[in-house]
This record gives sequence, C-alpha cells and structure tokens, in this order.
Amino acid sequence: MLWRDLCLTAAKDLRIEWRSRVTTGQIVPFAALVLMLFGFALDADRRLLERAAPGLFWMTMLFAAVVGVQRSTAVETADGARRALLLAGVEPMAVFLGKTVAITAQLLIVEVPLVAGMVVFYGVEVEAWALLVLTCLVATFAIAAAGSLLGALVAGLRARETVLPILLFPISAPALIGAARAFDDALGIAAVDGWAWLGLLAGFGVVNVVLGACAYGVLLEET
Amino acid sequence: MPAEKCRYWIVAECPEVSGAGSVTRVSVISMQGVVALLGRFPALSGVNLEVHKREIVLLQGPNGAGKSTLLRLCAGLLRPEAGTAIVLGHDLGRDPDPVRRSVGLLGHDTALYDELTVLENLRFWASFSRAGTATVDAALDRLGVDQRLRDVAVGRLSAGQRRRVAIAGIVVRRPSLWLLDEPHAGLDDEGRDLVDHLVLQATQDGATALLVSHEIDRTFELATRRVTVAGGMVTSDCVKRSTGTDSALGGGCVVA
Repeated sequence: MLWRDLCLTAAKDLRIEWRSRVTTGQIVPFAALVLMLFGFALDADRRLLERAAPGLFWMTMLFAAVVGVQRSTAVETADGARRALLLAGVEPMAVFLGKTVAITAQLLIVEVPLVAGMVVFYGVEVEAWALLVLTCLVATFAIAAAGSLLGALVAGLRARETVLPILLFPISAPALIGAARAFDDALGIAAVDGWAWLGLLAGFGVVNVVLGACAYGVLLEET
Repeated sequence: MPAEKCRYWIVAECPEVSGAGSVTRVSVISMQGVVALLGRFPALSGVNLEVHKREIVLLQGPNGAGKSTLLRLCAGLLRPEAGTAIVLGHDLGRDPDPVRRSVGLLGHDTALYDELTVLENLRFWASFSRAGTATVDAALDRLGVDQRLRDVAVGRLSAGQRRRVAIAGIVVRRPSLWLLDEPHAGLDDEGRDLVDHLVLQATQDGATALLVSHEIDRTFELATRRVTVAGGMVTSDCVKRSTGTDSALGGGCVVA
C-alpha cells in the first residue's frame, strides 16, 4: 500500500512537471545563469574558480532546490489538494517519499547541464565519474527529502516563499559540505576521501527520511 | 409510514426498520458541546447537533457563522477542542481517519490539479478510494461532463465545468456522508438540478447529506431539515413536513 501510494504520488508530480515544463523551462535556465554569474564574479582568478567549482555547483543546486520545492508545495496548496490527500486516506509517509522522489528526479535533470556547464565554464575535469554520479544522486535525494519536509512545514504560511529558503539553507548545510568535498575528490581538486564524504551524505539522507516519515503526517494535519 | 414519503419529507421522524419490526434511527452525526478553534478563534463554540441516516440537512446562517468549519469538522479535518463529536460511529477526537475515508467534502476549492486532465485527476483520486478507477467514466457521465473535455487539462476548464468534475470526484468515492459547501456555486441551471438529483439519489441509497448554501429557496426544496448556525452555535433546528412548511420537532422549530 505504501509503495503503491508512493508511486502514485511521484508519478502524479512528475506528470504535472512534464506538462508544465517548469524544470526544463525555468529551473534549468535559472541554475545555468547562477552558475555562469558565479563564473563572471570569479573569472579574474581562474584557479580560484576551479577550486571553488564544487561549492559553487552545490550552492547553485540549493537555489534550484528552493524553486523546485516551492513548486512542489504550490501544486498541493493551490486548490486544496492537501486536504483531499488527507480525505483520500493516503499514507502521509507515501506522500512525503513520493514528493521527495519527484523533486529528486527534477533536480537530477537540472544537474546534467550544470555538470556540463561546470566543465565548460570553470575548466574542471571529471576524474571519478562514479563518485560524481553517486554524489549527485545521494546529495540530491537528501536535499529533496529536507525540502519536502520543510515544504509541508511552511505550506500553511502566507510567507512560505521567503521562509522556505531561510529554513532549507541551514538544514542542507551538511549536504552542501559533504557533496562539495566529495566533488573535490571526483574532480581531482583536493586530496580528500570523497567516498567517506559520500557516506556522510548517505547518513544525512537517512536522517532526513526518518524525520520526514515521522513528522510529515503531523505537518499535513496541522498546516 | 410510506417509505418514499418518509425519505424525502420527514426524515427526522423516519425510522430505519431493522429486524422483525423493531425501529431504530441510525445516528450519523452526534455532537454535544463541540468547540473547534481556527488558530485561537473559537469558530465553533458549543455545537449540539444530531443527524440521522438519509437526512438532507441544510446548514444556513450568516457569513462567518461557522457553517464551513462545521463541515470540515464533520469531515475529520478539525479536531474538537471540547465536547464530543461522533461521526459515522467514530470519535473525531480520537480516530478521525475512518471518517475521512467515508465522507465526500466539496469545499470552496476543488482539489484538482490544473496540469492534469479531467480523467487523470479523477483516476488519481479514485485510485485511493474503495471504488477504484472503474467508476470514473460513469461518474463523469452522470455529471454531464462531455467526452471531449475529459482529456483537457483542468486548468483550461470553466469554473462550472471544474465544479462538475469535483462533484464527479465525490460520486466516485461513494461516500456515506456528503458534505457540500455551496454546491450550486458556479453551475448553470442544468448543473444545479443535477446536483440536487445526485444528493437525493445518494440519500435514497443510504447516504446522508449536509449542505451549506445561501440559495435558500433551492436548497430548502431539497432539504429535509434546516439547521441555523450563528456565532459558532446551532441556534435553530427545523424539520420540514410533507406540506413543505417548517414545523414541529415537538411543536415547532427547536430554537436553542
């Protein structure tokens, strides 16, 4: 039942995304612009740009995540669908995981051109593709899980658009640090153990999923 | 007592006949001294209400009286802060989940996703209900939603068409308790008649309905009872007899 509800929720969100093209039409250009502007800001120091590339990439992804989570939350709040989910008897955990999976998929789509942009604009080279891809998967899922949970938390607030980043940025700091260090290794920028940082990211993701599974139902009720 | 007459006109006096002639009335909503808060504001401040199976109850009252809040409470979306509220045999304070799955609530919003088509929306919601997705087309037929509109994104529909689709979603759920907040809003005459017919048919089939409407004339024709809410409380409770006039719950409307 949980699995079925999860798949239905994720498929619904992805279908809505497919129709609205928000990810490809708005979030990808937005993220690409941010990445490019970071490049302009640091262009005078090419070596600094290369060294900062992992951090700039994941900061850009956090901005993209805010937009993605806001969109995912708005879909449920626009016409009373959150209330209908409660009445339909859908498992809150399934809604949380389904929305997390859908946000993850959307952000992964954003990351493909961003990685290419990082290589082209920042002049970095990927030395460990497996580590890079796994870091993208795990860090994005961890950020998406935090975003889904916080999206439910702020859904009932009038100022949800501004409150969401204030909450999401600090809570995603461990993912930002872990993913940037793992990228350091994957891009051969610094001599760090990227796989260890990936393990930390996975732990952070698990914590977010457990928190979401416990709290999402309460938030759905209260907001 | 003729069954048909009983169903439509004097439901408060209508017995559910069970067993070998023994008569019981099945309580669907039973509230005593219910207080419900919206934030810190007591939107309901001591509601006493008894509703029985197959009744069609019109909730009327001024804006901000607490009618919509009462519907939300009956749907299990609000918890009573004080008093007891039993709906469909379940205590809302302790176990609202079974109630939620058994009610159909039409609020001011339609709970439809703009980007999905009519069919996709209804199939999504139906997939969580007992009936499943098989009844979606039949429900849309009953609501008079054209075949050509079914593959159109809901965001492109007019307000009236959207309302019809939302009501079709309730038909698919086959709820035991219909909670309709301004069900005629945005509908043309044909749509309004259709809604009235659906409510009547649902109550014939054993459901119960609470309607909030400011279209008193139309809804009073449909309703078997008229409950007035003001200041978060039930202030009067009238049963309609077959003559079409308000009359006694023991001599006249019960006025709190």
